[in-house]
Amino acid sequence: MIPAQFDYHRAGTLDEAIGLLTRYGTEAKVLSGGMSLLPMLKLRLGSFGHLVDISRIAELEYIKEEKGVVRIGAGTRQATLERSALIKSKFGALADALPLIADPLVRNRGTIGGNIANGDPSNDHPAIAIALGTELVARGPKGERTIPANRFYKDLFVTDLKVDEILAEIRIPLPPPRSGSAYRKLKRKTGDYAVAAVAVQVTLNANGAIERAAIALTNVGPIAIEAVEAQKSLVGKKPDEKTLTDAARLAAKAASPSADRRGSVEYKQEMTRVLALRALKAALERAGGK
Amino acid sequence: MKHKISITVNGAVREAEVESRLLLVHFIRENLRLTGTHVGCDTSHCGVCTVHLDGEPVKSCTLLAVQADGRSVNTVEGLEQGGKLHPMQAAFTEKHALQCGFCTPGMLMTTSALLERNKNPSELEIRQAISGNLCRCTGYLNIVKAVQYAAEKMARPS
Repeated sequence: MIPAQFDYHRAGTLDEAIGLLTRYGTEAKVLSGGMSLLPMLKLRLGSFGHLVDISRIAELEYIKEEKGVVRIGAGTRQATLERSALIKSKFGALADALPLIADPLVRNRGTIGGNIANGDPSNDHPAIAIALGTELVARGPKGERTIPANRFYKDLFVTDLKVDEILAEIRIPLPPPRSGSAYRKLKRKTGDYAVAAVAVQVTLNANGAIERAAIALTNVGPIAIEAVEAQKSLVGKKPDEKTLTDAARLAAKAASPSADRRGSVEYKQEMTRVLALRALKAALERAGGK
Repeated sequence: MKHKISITVNGAVREAEVESRLLLVHFIRENLRLTGTHVGCDTSHCGVCTVHLDGEPVKSCTLLAVQADGRSVNTVEGLEQGGKLHPMQAAFTEKHALQCGFCTPGMLMTTSALLERNKNPSELEIRQAISGNLCRCTGYLNIVKAVQYAAEKMARPS
């Protein structure tokens, strides 16, 4: 399969890339790892007059810890994150998810920024970003702005990014003590998207009650879904079986999946419940609660 | 739009003028006539198009030729050195790690890259490493054995 005609532009710097986006407007599409974009172009599910390749911009590839925040350059490869001791030790949800994203060869090219900015609800990073309280830094011709991950997604493949903006950085706050996060994903086989997946981060107080809980869902709606009612139901409570079971049920209620070859609506809702319960338990164990 | 590109393929600089949309796998197979790199699913699932880009295994059906400009690409043809099979190729022969052979170039590229990074992988690590390469003959058992055999041979060349 061969994509429709387009003009390829390799940006050497972020400013150059923003300049190209400004020039070509809606005709332009950012090419990062290309692991979603190129198959889409080949299958002719979409076409763009201009591709702006940001994958050679060295200033977009880094992982650093600064003042309680882990800052990740949007061009950082999934494989680089997967091998990062910092990422694995601080964010259980990412340690869980990274080996389950696509396959190892795709992870050598695919980037965290592309996974987040593509706006595809079947990608794993959006829900994880929401659960970890991530802030997304967009750069455009007028400078930088920060968008909380839970306000970034507007609709299927529609994000808060303007046509001349690029996702430049992912900022994940280091969780306070007695916190833990986890990601539980059901998929049919390597390389497939999730049937459903759930990202959780919890923080316990000194008495072992839940002080803060974040739950977000992958691929059970047009965007990654923050399970707000489930989160609320946990705050202030001891993490006993009933509390967790109730929260998992509320998380499943937040899902609005559609039926496809990965399963029926009912199946996906039920899997969301099961995965939410498992992710909650795993996150609590990492937080030291059990 | 045409681009002048220069890619070091199996150690030799290859220059060409290509369209933006030309895929790396087509450049390798059709421009360079290196047909060891296969096209299978064409949607980045099966891994038969795997090549090394600056030493890392990637799926060349999901990369533009122009993206490899200025970089180094190794294909299955580049594994053999001076008429001598790469230890992984010898191991695939020794352990009968192929049936129809269609997935073999991709398997060789993925597993040879694995041993560059991890000299002594466990069975699980081998299976995870080849999880993006499909063998429709389901010959995984012998492929895993071949990788283990190659790792041993590379650690203790006889």
